[in-house]
Amino acid sequence: MNGVIQSSKMKIAMLALAVLLLAVCMALSVVFGYTNTSWKSAVAAFTDFNGSNQHLIIRNARLPRALIGAAVGISLALAGVLLQAVTRNPIASTDIFGLNAGAGFFIVMAVSFFHISSLQQFTWIAFLGAAVSALTVYILGSSGRGGLTPVKMTLAGAVIAAMFASLTQGMLVANQKALEEVLFWLAGSIQGRKLEFLYPVLPYLLIAWAGSMLMFRQLNTFLLGEDVARSLGQRTLLFKILAGLLIVLLAGGSVAVAGPISFIGIVVPHFARYLIGNDHRWVIPFSAIFGGILLIVADIGARYIVLPEEVPVGVMTALIGTPFFIHIARKGSFK
Amino acid sequence: MSILQTESLTLSYGKKPVIQDLDLSIPKGEITVLIGSNGCGKSTLLRSMARLMAPETGAILLNGKNIAKRSTKEVAKELAILPQGPVAPEGLTVLQLVKQGRYPYQSWLKQWSAKDEEAVTRALKATNMLEFAERNVDSLSGGQRQRAWIAMTLAQGTETILLDEPTTYLDMTHQIEILDLLFELNSREKRTIVMVLHDLNLACRYAHHLVAIQNHSVAAQGCPEDIMNEKLVSDVFHMPCKIIEDPLFGTPMCIPYGKGRIAKNGLPTAQYA
Repeated sequence: MNGVIQSSKMKIAMLALAVLLLAVCMALSVVFGYTNTSWKSAVAAFTDFNGSNQHLIIRNARLPRALIGAAVGISLALAGVLLQAVTRNPIASTDIFGLNAGAGFFIVMAVSFFHISSLQQFTWIAFLGAAVSALTVYILGSSGRGGLTPVKMTLAGAVIAAMFASLTQGMLVANQKALEEVLFWLAGSIQGRKLEFLYPVLPYLLIAWAGSMLMFRQLNTFLLGEDVARSLGQRTLLFKILAGLLIVLLAGGSVAVAGPISFIGIVVPHFARYLIGNDHRWVIPFSAIFGGILLIVADIGARYIVLPEEVPVGVMTALIGTPFFIHIARKGSFK
Repeated sequence: MSILQTESLTLSYGKKPVIQDLDLSIPKGEITVLIGSNGCGKSTLLRSMARLMAPETGAILLNGKNIAKRSTKEVAKELAILPQGPVAPEGLTVLQLVKQGRYPYQSWLKQWSAKDEEAVTRALKATNMLEFAERNVDSLSGGQRQRAWIAMTLAQGTETILLDEPTTYLDMTHQIEILDLLFELNSREKRTIVMVLHDLNLACRYAHHLVAIQNHSVAAQGCPEDIMNEKLVSDVFHMPCKIIEDPLFGTPMCIPYGKGRIAKNGLPTAQYA
């Protein structure tokens, strides 16, 4: 499981550096944007709040956006790590397997038919959508000859993702009012999200982060193949159910806050493995931090690419992620 | 004495029965080889003995206790199976693979110990893989790779080791190398070994106990010299053959009839008697 960086000391140093980089990116995200603000006014907004427009933007728009960006980036990357390990499929991720689209569809349905607007309900509906997609893909992928194979599962995922995306579009065409409410959200965005969006989801995300970290040994063993893992005494069914639950929490929670954002979940784990190897003791924390960094950097980019307008960050991650994805699909890994 | 037993065991895939009502005893401290034609259920039987497949009816007893009723981690300390053609994740080193053999001995509370380290080193030594410890498994030759996997099962520290076709896809040299390694493990450490092999001659050479599977059940079992004969091969494999004594080992050797070219000293009757 050797990557570019081999010694444990170097890995710890790199991880500390990555955490620092994440903090810097979050700070940059607070300071830079369409409305000109300086480092000084950013600090003053918290230490010496004067109610000015600048201070309000920093406190009510930029800071929540940085925090949400980090939380969603971390969650999507971890969901990717878990899904790639559980399916033993290098091109698995919650967007390719339709989990994000499923959560998105359920939310759009809830908005247009049931006029649900409570954030708590949003969260549960997103979990439900992600779980329904995950189960459908799993059942479709394991039916027929040969059981669950990576190819069948990817195909099933692509079908489910396309189906939920089409259903969502169809529903929006029929319901113009809902369209306005959810369009920007649907493209995947962390703009204009208040911290109140994050609060109902955060406990679940925190549980899922902690759960992912605790699972590193089980993940390493499961990667040897299901038969070998069972031979070594792993309860693989229990492991798959637990990992599946964590994936649903991570993907559903991310979608509830930020809409379906793609490519973080597939690209980040590969990059982490390239750097530090296959051992999930390291892959999990590194992917989490890199996921946060990538989403925040993409979000900052989204503010500047077509000034004065903003593009949804989902478009940015797609722009950054597509070349990587093609590379990974061709080579089977980042290298 | 038997270490592993099946009791009126029935295995099936969906509605199709594979093994029916089988009582089989695996002798302790010996090498048992399962033979049989493709799809006869010998691999399925081996997998079920390692609890990788649940019986339809009946039970598997390991040291007299039903494995289905025991904690899978406890079973993993007494019995290991190496499935057919295992694939290591890309970039995994031999050392990391072998360390996985210690999985059943670890938990969140019990981390890596000196005993684990010792078991890993011993497994690497026994398989002559010490010098390859830092190499990636996917960069090794077929024989070395199989030795790395065997090292992992050895690190598991079990009395019984099951192997599903451990020599498949290996050239002749590496087949002998793997079987010699298993033979030594058995004679030196008295480990019980059960494996599926396709090569009848190698099966007869290495097995103390040979089990021929046919028609959902055991067609014959025992010492190869006692049970191997032309009728058995014809029954189990539907292949006419001549059994002679291996000029080196004295074990039974099976020479199939067929088409083929007949050389100067060959028998004219060789082409389908």
